[in-house]
Amino acid sequence: MEPLRVHQGLVYPLNRSNIDTDQIIPKQFLKRIERSGFGQFLFYNWRFDDNGNPRPDFSLNDEKYQGASILVAGENFGCGSSREHAPWAVQDYGFKVIIAPSYADIFKNNCVKNGILAIVASEAEVQDIIKKAESTEYTLTVNLEDQKVYDNEGFELSFDIAPYPKQMLLNGWDEIGVTLTYEDKIKQFEAVNR
Amino acid sequence: MNTPKTIIQKIWEQHVVHQEEGKPDLLYIDLHLVHEVTSPQAFEGLRLNGRKVRRPDLTFATMDHNVPTRQRLVINDPVSKNQIDTLQKNCQEFGVTLADIHHPDNGIVHVIGPELGLTQPGKTIVCGDSHTSTHGAFGALAFGIGTSEVEHVLATQTLWQAKPKTLNVKVNGKLGTGVTAKDLILAIIGKFGVQFGTGYVIEYTGEAIRALSMDERMTVCNMSIEAGARAGLITPDETTFEYVRGRRHAPQGEEFEKAVEKWRALATDEGAVYDAVVEIEAAEVEPQVTWGTNPGMCIPVTANVPSPDETDKPSEKDEIKRALEYMGLEAGQPLSSVAIDHVFIGSCTNSRLSDLRKAADVIRGRKVNPGVKAIVVPGSFSIKLAAEKEGIDQVFIEAGFEWREAGCSMCLAMNDDIVPPGGRCASTSNRNFEGRQGNGARTHLVSPEMAAAAAVAGHFVDVRQFTAQEVI
Repeated sequence: MEPLRVHQGLVYPLNRSNIDTDQIIPKQFLKRIERSGFGQFLFYNWRFDDNGNPRPDFSLNDEKYQGASILVAGENFGCGSSREHAPWAVQDYGFKVIIAPSYADIFKNNCVKNGILAIVASEAEVQDIIKKAESTEYTLTVNLEDQKVYDNEGFELSFDIAPYPKQMLLNGWDEIGVTLTYEDKIKQFEAVNR
Repeated sequence: MNTPKTIIQKIWEQHVVHQEEGKPDLLYIDLHLVHEVTSPQAFEGLRLNGRKVRRPDLTFATMDHNVPTRQRLVINDPVSKNQIDTLQKNCQEFGVTLADIHHPDNGIVHVIGPELGLTQPGKTIVCGDSHTSTHGAFGALAFGIGTSEVEHVLATQTLWQAKPKTLNVKVNGKLGTGVTAKDLILAIIGKFGVQFGTGYVIEYTGEAIRALSMDERMTVCNMSIEAGARAGLITPDETTFEYVRGRRHAPQGEEFEKAVEKWRALATDEGAVYDAVVEIEAAEVEPQVTWGTNPGMCIPVTANVPSPDETDKPSEKDEIKRALEYMGLEAGQPLSSVAIDHVFIGSCTNSRLSDLRKAADVIRGRKVNPGVKAIVVPGSFSIKLAAEKEGIDQVFIEAGFEWREAGCSMCLAMNDDIVPPGGRCASTSNRNFEGRQGNGARTHLVSPEMAAAAAVAGHFVDVRQFTAQEVI
């Protein structure tokens, strides 16, 4: 997993609440057994029509959002199915950071495991960012170490993140490798309980 | 005296392998259920790193999402077939027990776990599937995980987990006649919203919960995730013990009695404090139908479709507008005026024997409306056999339903069971998201009884009045 410390990128605003993982990556793409290549299917049914042509009315297809790497959305982002194909698609498309007022628990966990920083901001902050990003080409800088997001014009927000996911993201750790250093503890537990 | 604890805290504490400052707890996992969709990348990860499955004896696999329900052995889609074959190979290579497509134990993962007695009170249970919350019906701490976590559990039999907050959903009084567990959980989500459980584990308590059968408890706990809660559970009681007793993987004889003693001690202590409590009156719950594109968008069958004007919040207004448009509905329209063309009875929410019996009771002697394609998909191979033994299959077939093989089927349409674009389905499943049952398909979540009644009428009807009518 690639470490994430400071990231600067173009913002893509998607002003909808309760975006579920069926929308992020529809089920027909869950049959693949690979971990990569899901970006082309991100928001597939919103992005493409029945013939596979880009829908002009879906904003991710706008020229001005090409190359965006910070996704900003409404509350309860990633609800529904536990499919990790959702963060795989988000990441493979090129997003490194998500900003939303809230996330579904499993989705948020899955993000950490894949090096995606899912920032919780207030509803007002999110709406502020969305407004700016809808009207102009808007770039934000995210500093995970300092837990801050800012632009060049004085906007700044601080965010909370628990120490463990923060360290995971900053260092890009392989979690299984870390856990296996606790082998003795696991063995001890099994000897007593199982 | 010790501080009173909830069942959630008790199970948690019994499974902590390691605690340290600045980290979540390292939690031991007693049972890891595996299916074909969320596991291939996890097994591949083990292979790439030269790792083994630490406890194949605590791991159990089945295939359910891609399984065809007409002829289960004929998988036309080569990509589906590859996923099924991959699970077979992975289980062989890593020594994991698999109820494959030919096996009499095969079925939906959340149906067969309890059936085989793998699901037991007090266990920590995970699966790469959000509806793992189903197993909480037994007083287990059961939650869905992503594929990275599947790999982590395969390799270490543990997970790093932040201690969840606890939420008591208290259901007072009794459910009315003709009102089901499905209506109850839909009404709870409708009342409190699709994210009131986020960050929490729910414990369902109260008179109406105690009165539920195990099948009904599974329906309630199954949809905890639709309220945002990764896990929802019910304290085990005599109903639970009687269900588990004698099942193949359950403790037997004297061991079982000892286990029951331990399970009894899991009950939430008097005076234990939850982080949050909500209450609902069971008697006020009516048969529910979802009208929109998430499970919180539900109303009593007797009500009218809501209007965007009912809220002042711009984001909600927008959401209602979008949902109405997708669902092809008008604000203010009575739900009973909506014609349906598909009925699906099945899924990990409502495909158990008692679900099929209740739906069969509604349609016995009646016919499916000519405009409706109706299918029944039992949750497991053994449920299918048991239903056939009782003659339930014949009730459905004579009414005009298709009687299918077991699997996840039209709940998420990963196999051939797809609702066409613009099609409208009365479904006993758990998610009415856009495109869930097929691109452009419109899903209305209901109980098995309501689905059966809708199949006959061709539109939504109040099953309480419907069953009272004479069969002509």
